[in-house]
Amino acid sequence: MTVIPRWLGALAGAALLAVPAAPLAAPKTYQIAIQQMKFAPAPSGLKVGDTIEWVNDDIFLHSATARDKSFDVELRPKAHVRLVLARAGTVDFACRYHPGMTGRLVVGKQAR
Amino acid sequence: MLKALAIATAFTFAAGGACAQAAKPTDPQIAHIAYTAGVIDVAAGKQALARSKDKAVRDFASEMVRDHTAVNDQALALVKKLGVTPQDNPTSQSLNKAAADKLTSLAKLDGKAFDKAYIDNEVAYHKTVNGALATVLIPNAQNAELKGLLETGLKLFKEHQAHAEHLAAARR
Repeated sequence: MTVIPRWLGALAGAALLAVPAAPLAAPKTYQIAIQQMKFAPAPSGLKVGDTIEWVNDDIFLHSATARDKSFDVELRPKAHVRLVLARAGTVDFACRYHPGMTGRLVVGKQAR
Repeated sequence: MLKALAIATAFTFAAGGACAQAAKPTDPQIAHIAYTAGVIDVAAGKQALARSKDKAVRDFASEMVRDHTAVNDQALALVKKLGVTPQDNPTSQSLNKAAADKLTSLAKLDGKAFDKAYIDNEVAYHKTVNGALATVLIPNAQNAELKGLLETGLKLFKEHQAHAEHLAAARR
């Protein structure tokens, strides 16, 4: 007989509880482009589960790095990199290499 | 400070063009000046990477080497595409002379003294180059693609200047 460790059971229980009763609205994908040393304004209405596609249109190495360290996306010249928004809240971000390049994501709770 | 003066002098040739019609820099000269300005900052960054142990200074120096190399690669590709041969000129020569003197004086410094002198010079250098780009090089550039690349360069270098000023302020 297999004994399920108590902590694993607790984890499974927590995971079950986390599943919402109502079906989720389909997650959306939004682009935030970098052009000429600037992040385009972040889209409004972002929700947990949505995807940001970072697009570096510059010829320089950039990054999208959250001040709270919740994400750190390296963006080589001409790169497209996708990031799934994992949690709600307001996150200020900047380019690690060019500290003057900044932006802010406002992420709402998952849509129902 | 001395470096800033030397560079300011170096740019008077180009700036003088505003008065004397004939002295306005041509596109081949503008390309040469912009490329030279980039090469100088790459060399300064490499010197800093060889001498500095300060992480913030090294990160900045890496950024200078990477960004200015990227702009210059683009510039080389552009002049090749346009069939333009960059033309040496007194402004480029003065810039090179001032930069060689600066490399020599910085080579005598170590540790915090080096870091401070490097960053202070980066502030002064970017300020001067940005002034020259905005008032002389960009307005006189005839080719639209060259003008566009110079404008991209100016946006980049302004960010570099702000970054250097931030580092300089943090060091006071």
